[in-house]
Amino acid sequence: MKKIFSHPKSLRNISTHYCSGCGHGIAHRLIAEVVDELGIRERVIGICPVGCAVVAYDYWDFDCSEAAHGRGLAVATAIKRVRPENIVFTYQGDGDLAAIGTNETIHAANRGENLTVIFINNAVYGMTGGQMAPTTLLGQKTATTPEGRTSLMQGWPLKISEMLAMLPGVKYVERASLDSPGGIIKSKKAIKQAFENQINKVGFSLVELLSACPTYWNMPANQSLEWIKNSMIKEFPLGKIK
Amino acid sequence: MGKIIINKERCKGCMLCITFCPKGFISADKKLNKKGVKPVKFEENPECLGCSMCAIVCPDCCIEVYK
Ligand SMILES: Cc1ncc(C[n+]2csc(CCOP(=O)(O)OP(=O)(O)O)c2C)c(N)n1
Ligand code: SF4
Ligand code: SF4
Repeated sequence: MKKIFSHPKSLRNISTHYCSGCGHGIAHRLIAEVVDELGIRERVIGICPVGCAVVAYDYWDFDCSEAAHGRGLAVATAIKRVRPENIVFTYQGDGDLAAIGTNETIHAANRGENLTVIFINNAVYGMTGGQMAPTTLLGQKTATTPEGRTSLMQGWPLKISEMLAMLPGVKYVERASLDSPGGIIKSKKAIKQAFENQINKVGFSLVELLSACPTYWNMPANQSLEWIKNSMIKEFPLGKIK
Repeated sequence: MGKIIINKERCKGCMLCITFCPKGFISADKKLNKKGVKPVKFEENPECLGCSMCAIVCPDCCIEVYK
């Protein structure tokens, strides 16, 4: 028998600190697979976020830098401008990209920086204890919305991907979901496209991945994937936005 | 015909592989691993499709697939 599936080279063969069933692990693997397949391991530079994925640099076996919370795209801009031959991507949660980092995100997108963004939407702040994120669904209970989010008190779930797609500098935006084998395969395709765009100098490319946080959704892993399918996708429809 | 090898020490027992195996050849093991969680085990069976569904959904990259 031939080995047909194993660890990508760009992912270290070690255990992660992520909770059981967490979507971050899948997203890390997909990025590593794409980096291997595109043969860019010596050229790629990942910008790790503040959030549960803060130590992603311990897991990816390629060059990485760390940014202050939300500032990933400012750091990525600097690195890409100084070293245009490198392939620079940010990996950011919803709190990082769409709350504290909204400013940096919008302006990097509006400048049309030739960067790749992997945006992990898990509808909560995981690292700090499951507080409401901009992408928390209406009615969703979190540490800071114990009765459930209401539009009256906290506004509506922020569709940052659709907002960014309106900007002329943004060339590619797709939302995919880590909720099933099929969704994971589509997610990988979108990630690959976003990296290829940078290699081909197409411009700012973003992939939003709906990703499970079983711990702060208070659900077992398989129920979390059901919740993505039955609730999250209704608010955040999948597919190519731009 | 397929076969999988599970890294039981890395497994976090999320059971997603069990949910997505179309053949039902993966189940919870009885013995805890060093993490203190119940990992999963695979019953070898010539009817394993080698479809890789389990490996694709595993958040911890614990599964190697052979075909
Ligand atoms: C400047 C600053 N403000 C606030 C924090 C606290 N903080 C750390 S992670 C985080 C939110 C992370 O949420 P998200 O980006 O959605 O990532 P997740 O943990 O869910 O993957 C916050 C508010 C910080 N570290 N630095
Ligand atoms: S808190 Fe949520 S996002 Fe953070 S590691 Fe755990 S499951 Fe993943
Ligand atoms: S999906 Fe991976 S971590 Fe989860 S139970 Fe199966 S082998 Fe273990």
